[in-house]
Parts: sequence; structure tokens; C-alpha cells
Amino acid sequence: MSAYILRRLLYAIPILIGVNLLTFVLFFVLNSPDEMARMQLGEKRVTPAAISNWKREHGYDQPLLFNESAQGLAKVTQTIFFQRSVRLFAFDFGSSDNGRAIGYDISQRMWPSLAIAVPVLLVGLALNISVALFIVFFRATYLDLGAVVLSVAMMSISGLFYIIGGQFLLSKLFHLVPISGYDTGFEAWKFLILPVIVGVIGGVGSGVRWYRTLFLEEISKDYVRTARAKGLTERRVLFRHVLGNALIPILTGVVVVLPLLFMGSLITESFFGVPGLGSYTIDAISNQDFAIVRAMVFLGAVLYILGLILTDISYTLVDPRVRLQ
Amino acid sequence: MGTHNTTETCRPVPACTDPHRRVVGAAPAICPRSPRVRAGVAVLALTLLLLLAGCGKAPWNDPYPDAQRLTNTVYTSFSERPKHLDPVRSYSADEYAFLAQVYEPPLQYQLLLRPYQLVPLSATEVPVAHYVDAQGQPLPGTAPAEQIAYSDYLIRVRPGVRFQPHPAFARDASGALRYQRLTAADLRGINRLADFSDTGTRELTAADFVYQIKRLAAPWLHSPIAGVMQEHIQGFKELGDRLAPVAAQDPVARVQALRAARLDGVEAVDPLTFRIRVIGKYPQFAYWLAMPFFAPMPWEAEVFYAQPGMKERNIVLDWYPVGTGPFMLTENNPNLRMVLSRNPNFWGETFPTQGMPGDAAAGLLKDAGRPMPFVDQAIYSLEKEDIPRWNKFLQGYYDSSGLSSDAFDQAVRIGGDGGPSLTEEMQSRGIELLTSVETSISYLGFNMLDPVVGGYSEQARLLRRAISIAVDYEEFVSIFANGRGLIAQGPLPPGISGYREGEGGINPYVYEWQDGRPVRRDIAQARTLMEQAGYPGGRDAKTGRALSINYEAVATGPDDKSRLAWMRKQFEKLGIELVIRSTDYNRFQEKMQNGTGQVYMWGWNADYPDPENFLFLLYGPNGKVEHQGENASNYDNPEFNRLFDQMKYMEDGPARQAVVDQMLEIARRDAPWLWGFYPKAFSLHHQWLLNANPNKMANNTLKYRRVDTVLRERLRVQWNPPIVWPLWGILALVVVLVIPALWMVRRRERSTAL
Repeated sequence: MSAYILRRLLYAIPILIGVNLLTFVLFFVLNSPDEMARMQLGEKRVTPAAISNWKREHGYDQPLLFNESAQGLAKVTQTIFFQRSVRLFAFDFGSSDNGRAIGYDISQRMWPSLAIAVPVLLVGLALNISVALFIVFFRATYLDLGAVVLSVAMMSISGLFYIIGGQFLLSKLFHLVPISGYDTGFEAWKFLILPVIVGVIGGVGSGVRWYRTLFLEEISKDYVRTARAKGLTERRVLFRHVLGNALIPILTGVVVVLPLLFMGSLITESFFGVPGLGSYTIDAISNQDFAIVRAMVFLGAVLYILGLILTDISYTLVDPRVRLQ
Repeated sequence: MGTHNTTETCRPVPACTDPHRRVVGAAPAICPRSPRVRAGVAVLALTLLLLLAGCGKAPWNDPYPDAQRLTNTVYTSFSERPKHLDPVRSYSADEYAFLAQVYEPPLQYQLLLRPYQLVPLSATEVPVAHYVDAQGQPLPGTAPAEQIAYSDYLIRVRPGVRFQPHPAFARDASGALRYQRLTAADLRGINRLADFSDTGTRELTAADFVYQIKRLAAPWLHSPIAGVMQEHIQGFKELGDRLAPVAAQDPVARVQALRAARLDGVEAVDPLTFRIRVIGKYPQFAYWLAMPFFAPMPWEAEVFYAQPGMKERNIVLDWYPVGTGPFMLTENNPNLRMVLSRNPNFWGETFPTQGMPGDAAAGLLKDAGRPMPFVDQAIYSLEKEDIPRWNKFLQGYYDSSGLSSDAFDQAVRIGGDGGPSLTEEMQSRGIELLTSVETSISYLGFNMLDPVVGGYSEQARLLRRAISIAVDYEEFVSIFANGRGLIAQGPLPPGISGYREGEGGINPYVYEWQDGRPVRRDIAQARTLMEQAGYPGGRDAKTGRALSINYEAVATGPDDKSRLAWMRKQFEKLGIELVIRSTDYNRFQEKMQNGTGQVYMWGWNADYPDPENFLFLLYGPNGKVEHQGENASNYDNPEFNRLFDQMKYMEDGPARQAVVDQMLEIARRDAPWLWGFYPKAFSLHHQWLLNANPNKMANNTLKYRRVDTVLRERLRVQWNPPIVWPLWGILALVVVLVIPALWMVRRRERSTAL
């Protein structure tokens, strides 16, 4: 297995270079270094000298991808792309264009994101699977039909509706929890209740429908018939056999998103005033802060690759037939 | 209660009570009467009861810790994280909201007096310029501007002022600065400024001001006003050039080089006096002295922050200000909240004793002569979205609030006379409304370099005047700004000297004075002007082609669509086809820079309350295309320029008013702008927040605020009683749904195939 993991990690290098290159091209198609400088220096009284001074200091006075005036290898290395990309591979994110240490900011902002994302994932998973199994138990009945209709209705509603509706009901109308905000340490609990409830309820529709489909596919297989034939109760069939065998597709969906939980959710964090990573990238795009954009895209790509590798490894744990070679 | 109900529900099911009757594989866990189910329901109920019992009298939705109740704190919000908190770089209102409470420049604006008036802050008095000629000989105050080579400002620093407690000033037993040679080991465990155990202070000196002015010239600090100061402070440009090679050195070396550098035009005369030598005559320089750019900076702070390892922890001067003001930034988490706490070393400024007629009656002078600040702390919470911000204000968790368009109708109604008043809902909560006209302008500009809409021919003038009449800004303000704007008759907003009220202040080319108010000229007059301009019915009389004008719009969201459609309709009144070229702000700036646009919308916020700060937007040598200045219309009328050169050196008074009147007449006749409107600020505050007076020039207003904490706490509790029946309802719903479901499961399992 270690050879397989090593090979996957090596594959990741060209992928990350490609992601980095694509981010770079897309960003600089839309933003020139002059515009970045203007954004950082403010709107009033910005002189051309100040712009060129800022570019020089931040290394944006070099050519983007190819330096014709340089010699030899420097044609490639004396460019914004090279200078800005190499350190990423050592996970040295450097400073944002307005001078803040990106690594420090990420390390501070990922915890609030996790504080919401992990409970939402765990509670949502437990609830969705339980409800889906229950529905499967009553498959092909009006209960099943009603649950599917309700699920479709729930997944058709915008996430923003759940957020605003949750804030209106629980905070504004019933005064049960703060409408938004966050705090560090144990004090954070009262701020997490509402986003977690909203996150779980917002995901129930699609989750239940997805798991129901998985379970229904399993329940028609021969081993389930065999289990029933030997006298097992329907509950035992569902929990022990169907659920166990449906774990592979469940893991596919769950493990791959585990590393991405760090990245947070833009809308949720924005509406609930949670200082997570969700808005970090969006704010950076708005502020034309390329240093943060490339760091966050790179980190997202790394985490996604890590998630895929973890998914593959988890297959071997739940299905003895799978071997990584 | 829940357990009892559960027992009742499962009474008809005897199977659970008899273990011998259980079938193989039946799990007792699903039996509603099983001990596990009972225990689960009991735990759930107990948790709910504990939650209900454990919350005391404080509202459950209170976002602040219990320990903060009844503390002398101002609660407010911010929507954009500040980019810079270094006074050398900061240049936006968002940043000044924090910075101006911490740093004290030599001067400030008096809170109540209008027109805005400068008064001393960290200086002992407002400095008077002393003029000298090229030979250094003193000149009288009445000397003509062309004879004046330099203006000397001698500024006396208030004695006994001390900096806030800060680790940069901490000293060890030997008297040496303790944290000036930090090693990696020293920084282990340090993540915030508060992690440094020791702090110190020292007295403010003239050298701190001199050092800050030198910082303005340092190329690596990117001060936005460096370009302006190069033109005005003697030796400023030369210092910047001399420091350019230093920019590549490490931060500590840069600080040392800056300390050692000499700025010819600025010197400390004695420990509490410094002199600034300004090139020529520049009366507006005093206003700059009221901006944080000129606040004192202790060199110890810059050395402290420049040390290796500090930047990696984001402990930088740009993030942790060090000042002498009434507050100090004690928590700096711009993703969550910023906390300003009372500076224990504050020198004890008192509340102003002078106000406008009516201020005393309005209770605005109740605290006159009392030492400030009145509050111990101000907590600014990040709120990016309007809905939670507004609701928290209504719940009493923010003391004051702006007014978004979404909440406008809920809070304010506009009367028949156009005046705003609060709705009954707001009045019942004791909320108060403050309105004021901003010292800013939002205008529609013509590019004067454009061959169609620009130029100084009579034809072009008439075309622009026709458009000025056709674009109904009253409607624009009503639709798109909820009436929050005063229609502009020229570039100068109210509160700026030179602004005229009444008939004498209207733009006669667009308005007529009728029944004591300005009335927009009829559209028929605009069509006549179009004919005179050579565009009858919006067609070029020579070619017969329809007139088409490009409008450079910054439009990024769906909300902009209606605004653009409205603008197109205004031009259609004259038969002009308006081609919308919407773009992002970057491209827009690029087009302005290159002069490729025809019509555009932009705005300006005053740096200081002087007509020069608005009229320079139309000054030819300040043109954007040729001179990279702020005159985006590239308007260049020689007579206007001459009058501007004359006006900028004049003191306020009838003579200056006469010159300003001439300039306004020229500008109105040429019509390089549709003057647009002056935005009005609407702000709401709760009855417990006192001394809330809108001063659009002063940013350091937190020190004047006072809070009735007892009233606030009482009303918060009254407004936010927790309503718990939904919780019991949910519990009942769970019981109602789960128990029949379990019963159905069990029944289904026990049923036979036939």
C-alpha cells in the first residue's frame, strides 16, 4: 500500500503545478499588477510612482511567465509565476499583499470553520442515514413516497432560506440563540447551535435521498435475500448487512470531504459572523490579493488530493476485496 | 413528563414486558418501554431543563458574555476589515473608525461648531503660518502669495502626554528597553501583543512627530499622501529619494536609517516644539495636521515591530497601533471583533464647552467640561450581512446602526415635505434618528477630452446642459437612495465654505427658483438646447445619425441593472441612445486613466472642509489623463484655473466667496459634471447612547459617547425574553413521531407474510 500512496503523492506534483498555473493565468487575465497596486494603495491620490514602487517591493515588477531580458534559466525563474509558486510547495505561504502572514491567518481561521463543519457532518450523517434506513424499511409505501417528496422539496430550497429562516425563528422570534457572532473557547457553543442546526436541516433533503438510493440498491441484492431467508429480522438485515455494504459509496462521499472541512463555508460564515476560512478566499479575490488566492487554491487542491487518497485507503478498511497496489 | 407519556403509549404492547416472548433477533433497544429508551428520553428532557434553568436572567440570544453585562461598553459593528492601521498608510473611513481613537494628530475638529473648526489636540494651539521669502526673511501675514517662499508652522506639543502602555516601552532593571533584541526563543509562546508580560510608557515629544513625518516619505511604507507632501514640505522629496536604496534592507536597518535621516523642512526645535516648513503659501496645510498621517509615532514601537519573527505572527505596526489617544486597541481580530479599551495614560481631555445655538437645549452640552472618555471599552463586531446586523441592533445588542436599503422602510418614513421621521415601531423602542449631509458628492461626469460630449465649444456646452436637465437626479435619489441625498447645485456640499443656500446657490442652467425652492427646468427646454447644439430630436443635424453616447458604468451585481435602465431612460428623453459599457472597477479606472470614456459616474469624499478640496477636482493641472490627478473629467478652463490658483491661497471671507462664486459660475456654464447629489447619512441609535452628534469631519468621536448601561440592560432583558414553548413543542413532536414509528416497525416485523 505504501508504494501506492507514494505513487499517488508523486502524481499530485504535476497536478498541483497545473492548478497553480491555471490559478495564476486566470487571476492575471482579470487583474494586472497595476490594478493590484491601486487596490492595495487605496483610491485617492495614488501616483504612478507609488504604483511602480509597490510593484517593485512586492515582486510584481517582473514579467508574468517568461523573462526575455534574463539569461538562461533565469528566463523562467525571474518571473512572478516562479517566484510566487516555488515556496508554496514547501507550504511556505508567505505574506498577503497587504503584509499579513498567510500561514498564521489560516491557522487561526480554520478552527471556527471546523467547529461548524465537523458537527454538521457528524450529526448530519447520523440523521441522514437513520432516516434513510427508516424510509427504506417502509419502501414502496406512502411513507416512502411522502419522504421522497419532502426530501426533494427540502433540497430544492436555497441554503440561504434555511439560514435566514433559522435566524428569524430561533433568534429573532423566539430569542433562543444569538443571531450571529462567535467567541473563542467554550463560549463558542451558543454561537454554534444555530449554524449547526441550519447546516444539518439544510442537508437533510439531499442526504436522505442519496442514502436511500444507496440502500435501495443494496437491498435488492442476493446476500440480502439470503440474510432474510435465514430468518434475520428486517432491522438486522438493514443495520448489519445493508448498511455495512453501503459503506463504500458513503465513504466515497464522506472521506473525500473531510480535509475540505477546513475550508469552511462562505455563506454560512458570512451570515453567522463566524471568522472561518470560508470568506478568506472570496475576500482575497475582491481585494485582488493574489498571494492569498494562490495559497488557498493550492491548499484546497492539496486537501482534495489528500481526501482522494484517504478515500482509497478507507476502501481497504471496509471492503476486504479491495487491494491497493 | 416525557417518560410518563412514553410509558402510556406502549402500554398496549405486552411483548416487551415478557422476555420469554421475544423473537430471535428482536432488539429490545427499540421497545419504547425499554430502559434505554426511557433513559434517553430522560436525558433529553433533563438537558432541556438544565438549559432552561442554567441561563439565569440574561437573554439567551445575548451574543456577549455574562461578565460584560452592565459594563461601561459601547457595542457597534463593522462590515469591512481594515486593511491598514498604520497612520502612515491608512486613508479610509473604515480604518479611521479605529485609528482615530488611538492616535492623536496635533489638531482635531471641534465636535459641535459649524462650519467645521480646527482646535488643538496633541498640540497646545492651532499653529499660525509664518511666512518667509526666498532669502529667509520674515514676511507679514498679508504678503502676496508669489512673494512667499516658505510658510513655517511652529507646533507646540502638549506637555505631560504619555503613550499607552506598550511592550515597546518596557524596560528591564538596568533601564534598557526590554523587548528590543528579541530572539526566536524569546518569541516562543508569543502569538499576540498581549502575550508580552511587561509594558511601559514614556512622554510624548516633538521628535515623535518629526519621526512620523519622515515615515511619510519612506518609500517602503507607501504612504498615499507622499506625492502630495512632496509638493508641500521642504526636503520631503529629497528624503524619499535618499531613502530609496534603504528599501531593500532588513526592517530594523530601515528603521535605523529613517531615524538617522534628516528632513530639511521638519525639525524638533526643543523637546516639545517642532517646526514644519511648507513650500510657498498653503493655508490648507493646517487641515492635514488634523489627519492621522501626522500623528506622533515613537521610534521604539517601530523597532519593536521590525524585529525578526514578529511579522510571521502578524504582530506588526500596521496591525497594532501605539498612540496617546483615549483608547488603545486591546483585541485585534478583524475576522471577529476589534476591542478598544480606555488608555489608562490618557491625558484627560474634557468635553467641549462651546456649541451651536440650540445645542445646549438639545442636551448636547450636558457633559461640557467633564473629562473624557466616558466609556471604558468599545467592542466592534464584524457583521458582513445587513440582516443579522439590523436584527441585533433591534434586539439592543448594538448601540447604533446605519440604515441599509432593506431596512429603510421598516425604520423610516418620508413625509409629504420630504422630511424623514421614524416609524411607530422605532419610536416605541425609543430609537433616535440622526441625519446629516455628508461632505462628499456623487456626480455624473463628462470626459472633456471626448470630441462629442467634451470640449469647450458652445455646441458641446449646450449638449451637456441639455443632458443635465434631462437626467432627473431628484428621481434618482428617491428611487435608488431612499431619498437620502441633497440635490447638488455645484461641487461644494453644505458645511464647506463657499456653499450658498437658497436662490443664490442654485445652478441657473438646470434649475429655476419657484415658490422658494429650486425646480428642475422643463424637458422641453432641454430639447430646445439639443436643437441649438445641433442634435434636434437626438440626431446629428449634419449627418442625420442618431446620437449615441457611451456610459462607463461600474456594474457588477443584479441590483445595478435597474439603475442602468433608469439612466438609459433619462437620455432617451432627448433621443440619445445611451450605450452602457459596464465593467468592473479596475477596468473603469483604466478607462478613466486613459481618457477613453465619454460619460461616467464617480464621487469624492472630502479630506478637509475647504472648497479647495472639491474645486481641485476641476483644476486643469490636476487632469487625470495628462497629470494623473483626480480631475477625472479632464476639465481645463484657463479662467477657472487662474481663479483656483488665486482662491487656494485666500483665507475664508467675502473676498474668497466672491472668487468661489465666479468659479462656480464658470463650472456650471461649462457643465463638465451633472452635479448629482450630496449623500445624506442616516444613523439610528438607542436612547441609552448619549452625545451622538454627527460630525462628518471628525473621526475621533468615540471619546464623546456616553452610555446608560442600566437602561440598556433593562431594555435588553425586556426585549429578548426567551420563548421556550417551541422547545417543548419539538420534544412533543419527536415523541409523537418516533413512538408510532417504532410501533409501526415492530408491528411490521411481527407481521406474517400471509
